[in-house]
Amino acid sequence: MTVTVRLPASLRALAGGRAAIDLRDAGTVADALDHLAEHHPALERRVRDERGVLRPHVNLFVGTENIRDLDGPATGLADGAELTILPAVSGG
Amino acid sequence: MSTLLAIGTRKGLFLATSDDRTSWQLSAAHFPMQAIYAVAIDTRAETPRLLAGADSNHWGPSVFHSDDLGATWQEPEQAPVAFPDDTDGALARVWQLQPGPADQPGTVWAGAEPASLFRSDDGGLSFELVRALWDHPHRPSWEPGAGGMCLHTIIPHGDRLVTAISAAGVYRSLDGGRTWNASNTGIEARFFPDRYPEFGQCVHKIAADAEDPDRLYLQNHGGVYRSEDGGSSWNPIHAGLPADFGFAMVAHPRRGDSAFLYPLVSDEQRVPPDGASRVFATTDGGNTWEARAGGLPSEHVYGTVLRDAMCADDADPTGLYFGNRNGEVWASADEGAHWQSVATHLPDVLVVRAATLA
Repeated sequence: MTVTVRLPASLRALAGGRAAIDLRDAGTVADALDHLAEHHPALERRVRDERGVLRPHVNLFVGTENIRDLDGPATGLADGAELTILPAVSGG
Repeated sequence: MSTLLAIGTRKGLFLATSDDRTSWQLSAAHFPMQAIYAVAIDTRAETPRLLAGADSNHWGPSVFHSDDLGATWQEPEQAPVAFPDDTDGALARVWQLQPGPADQPGTVWAGAEPASLFRSDDGGLSFELVRALWDHPHRPSWEPGAGGMCLHTIIPHGDRLVTAISAAGVYRSLDGGRTWNASNTGIEARFFPDRYPEFGQCVHKIAADAEDPDRLYLQNHGGVYRSEDGGSSWNPIHAGLPADFGFAMVAHPRRGDSAFLYPLVSDEQRVPPDGASRVFATTDGGNTWEARAGGLPSEHVYGTVLRDAMCADDADPTGLYFGNRNGEVWASADEGAHWQSVATHLPDVLVVRAATLA
């Protein structure tokens, strides 16, 4: 199975300029992030802190659904799923 | 010879340069929209290294370094400052980056939130948690100040480390960080019924005298203090100041008995006294103070100078610099007698650091 992680412009430099990363064998959102932690650690730590907790002003969507409205990091990823990382509406 | 002034703000890092410390060229923002609470200009090596603690509201904190005076910035692949797995800590912010003494050329200390101390022995590329302070039995009882539960001041001298934590107070190690004790004897905590507790003081900044390493100057959350014994005990020295509240404390880099601060009215009125922007200087170890404000605005001033937003350079005569929460940055090439504007309309200034470059 393959899933695609889509990156916002502000994080692409941490993935060699790519807008998306294709992953194999990532059955959950946590699996996908663990894969990023192993292969792109400077990218992954923008999304989760060192405890593995999703940063509060980062949103992850599977398709169009925010994982906070699904099963959080345990949210399943089907073959062909798109996991989109986006900055939340916040700041001043 | 030129002078580099690094200005960390709530929305980016700005680098100002000058050949005469009078006329300044200001860069565009580095790390735009990231809060820069900590900057260091490490001039111990032949190639100066800039270190910046950058904190993105969305993407979290990190420490970046530049070996080409800010032309490019690098970040290690692995997090430079991170809590070990068994601590359940997560880095919220780097508040201080402090190069070690000249005889420890690779050592850099980082103060962080949640309150913790980290040590680097590779010039600031990777840091390791100082476990003994993190494991201190007082830590569960520490309470955060308004800025957060942070360790913001690190003064290394031989095996002695003096640190300040808001709002836990002074913690000191005499054995290179292996053991730690609260060291707040004599420092008042006006916000507690017991005004002289063992810990819980809100120490804002400490600076070490240039000639006597056992003499320390301290700006408290109410009260200005001096220690003559390396931080074992503290005595008030705020007589003669227009107010004893403030955040910044800067020691003269070469001359003993000399220090600078920027008073604010009080805990409840964090603005300059009398609406006038004034640095106060002592040349007798804090026994007396005089205003140094030539060229600074003398009315309708409301800009707060935060704990790291004042510094000295290493030139002769010493240059002084401060920035405020209104985004103004001022420089003096004569120890505060006369001031020139470096920048206006920047975001809130959080930290300034200056150094002379060959």
